[in-house]
Amino acid sequence: MLDGLKIAAIGVLAVFFAMAANWGDDLAYRVHALLLTAIAATAFLWMIRSVGAPRVATQTGYMDGVIRYGVIATAFWGVVGFLMGVIIAWQLAYPELNLGLPWTSFGRLRPLHTSAVIFAFGGNALIATSFYIVQRTCATRLWGGNAAWFVFWGYNLFIVLAATGYLLGSTQSKEYAEPEWYVDLWLTIVWVVYLAVFLGTIVKRKEPHIYVANWFLLSFIVTVAMLHLVNGVTVPVSIWGSQSVPLWPGVQGAMVQWWYGHNAVGFFLTAGFLGMMYYFVPKQAERPIYSYRLSIIHFWSLIFLYIWAGPHHLHYTALPDWAQILGMVFSIVLWMPSWGGMINGLMTLQGAWDKLRTDPVLRMLVISIGFYGMSTFEGPMMSIRAVNSLSHYTDWTIGHVHSGALGWNGMITFGALYYLVPRLWNRPGLYSIGLVSWHFWLATIGIVLYASSMWVSGITQGLMWREVDAQGFLVNSFADSVAAIHPMYVIRALGGVLYLAGALIMVWNIYKTIVGAGAPARARAVAAE
Amino acid sequence: MRLLPSHSAIEKNAFLLLVLSFFVVTIGGLVQITPLFYLDNTIEEVEGVRPYSPLELAGRNIYVREGCYVCHSQMIRTLRDEQERYGHYSLAAESMYDHPFQWGSKRTGPDLARVGGRYSDAWHVAHFQNPRDLVPESIMPAYPWFERNQIGSERIAAVMRANRAAGVPYTDEMIAAARADFRAQADPDSGDVDGLLERYPGAVARNFDGRPGVSELDAMIAYLQMLGTLVDFSTYTPVPSR
Repeated sequence: MLDGLKIAAIGVLAVFFAMAANWGDDLAYRVHALLLTAIAATAFLWMIRSVGAPRVATQTGYMDGVIRYGVIATAFWGVVGFLMGVIIAWQLAYPELNLGLPWTSFGRLRPLHTSAVIFAFGGNALIATSFYIVQRTCATRLWGGNAAWFVFWGYNLFIVLAATGYLLGSTQSKEYAEPEWYVDLWLTIVWVVYLAVFLGTIVKRKEPHIYVANWFLLSFIVTVAMLHLVNGVTVPVSIWGSQSVPLWPGVQGAMVQWWYGHNAVGFFLTAGFLGMMYYFVPKQAERPIYSYRLSIIHFWSLIFLYIWAGPHHLHYTALPDWAQILGMVFSIVLWMPSWGGMINGLMTLQGAWDKLRTDPVLRMLVISIGFYGMSTFEGPMMSIRAVNSLSHYTDWTIGHVHSGALGWNGMITFGALYYLVPRLWNRPGLYSIGLVSWHFWLATIGIVLYASSMWVSGITQGLMWREVDAQGFLVNSFADSVAAIHPMYVIRALGGVLYLAGALIMVWNIYKTIVGAGAPARARAVAAE
Repeated sequence: MRLLPSHSAIEKNAFLLLVLSFFVVTIGGLVQITPLFYLDNTIEEVEGVRPYSPLELAGRNIYVREGCYVCHSQMIRTLRDEQERYGHYSLAAESMYDHPFQWGSKRTGPDLARVGGRYSDAWHVAHFQNPRDLVPESIMPAYPWFERNQIGSERIAAVMRANRAAGVPYTDEMIAAARADFRAQADPDSGDVDGLLERYPGAVARNFDGRPGVSELDAMIAYLQMLGTLVDFSTYTPVPSR
């Protein structure tokens, strides 16, 4: 009976999508509707074919299949995101590379790059590692049966819809929240199921305590849900078109957007990844977390303070001064819990520092914490109004974001992938430790080139824009500043190429490990309990 | 230390952890966002600010579609050099009808908050065709498809209605006249320009791209040419709180 209902529902959906493909107002909407029709129709046929097939007995043990897919998706989207970054970096150095076509122009590719890196690469890394961590630290299988598969496929469908939408001109043009209304709605559904799977697994845990990594991961999931729902409120122009009109106007829109935007950094890229740090660093170092007490303080102060930091994106704008000052003060205070967390991570290596010489995976995890410390010092500094008056609107911000994204998020994800792949595919170890070292150095040198060229470029812009002569007239035209930073744009692009090369080496290494190139399988991992 | 024993209650109850952490993350947003909906200097109305005309709105949709905000801000800060370069600092009221707001966060190109009237239509036509013909240092992409793509007005009334639902005071009359106004602003010889100007004071009606028909280029230039022109700063006095 339930099967019949499901099949009927999927069938109705397929017909609805086909109607949407026919009546859609714009190209992005019609392409998406066609894609969804194909998916729904395939699911419909598949479900009819499997009616009456014997059920697979309920499985026990850890649910690792979905994590294996997540690891592959993370590596794949990482390469896509870095490649897009390299392409648009060359476009900024040589504008002819925009090719004069709508779907290859910088304005459409740049959101594709940011979404691919943050949401596709980072998001898949978070989903895969959170599923891994929550099972191991709760000593139980994921709650909700196939719901975890729904989260994986649903989230990746969201990414495909968002990315193709940008290319075809469907966007809300709100930074890091570009997807249109129906893509947002779909993400909401997927995210609620993600929360249910994660929370359900914690609830049925066999350990008395909830491990600290799970605090961070849980607060990341809940907060992202809140941010997404509030910032995403929008009025669709028609259900047969992709365009919508966001509800929040002007100054309120700016405040809500940067409350969202800064906490996409604070919770998606920080709290979630701190959950990864609190699991993988102790595991790889084979040492316990440095201080349990510090992790309690770290957790509560970080999540409380981060939420206030948004207005530092709006200094000297039409946002009231009191809000700007609040944003600045909380951003500066935020330095403390950030460094508390960094100390907790680094000091976990107490007694195991010698492993840094022999274990490049641990080296990767540790340098990611180093970059975390650097960018969480730079951030509070840039949030000071006097500094911000120079740095805002310039490439300094871009450099800051990338030392965080490439250094902290990228490196810790690479470390986690190197940790996970041999364990998930039951291999004695990685195909090549030497290649991990290559990856480490290429990525590190790439980041150094990127960050330093953007410092020079950003400070050059800031100084040239404000330079006045003895009579009080502006010295430079805007175009002068564009010409002055061209060499920095070339260096930045080269840094990106190095980082991408490192990621490609990682993909090769992971591939060879998975196919088991010349290595005997290790004994099967012990299942839960 | 009392912290550890009392904290262990939270560590043993998933729902308590969920509820407490959710409570903690709501506070900052509530304090910073809610007042913006009733404070005088964020909801003040300034003379001259009006909703976008249908053609300007269509141009704004293209601005949004192409992601112009990733390189161009529309927010002049209260700093001396910015006011020298771009004009009077931006007021909250000037973006009160902007859904979404397009303040931006990066200036790979210059601020556009007051670009209206700064360059001629012909300059914009040539600049979109290839920016480097006019500004050799420019790294902006060329947008040759603006000129090629004709746009109709079939959907503009629906977009205006959605804006009205989001709080923009479009009247029934404005929505009823949307298609006529759209046409008249790009082709003033054949339309009711007086009616357009009555509904949208300060709007500029002319054949922006110099070609027959209404192209995306017409809409885009109509939007750019009105940016920052609505408030007359020779008579504007800021509220004392600024």
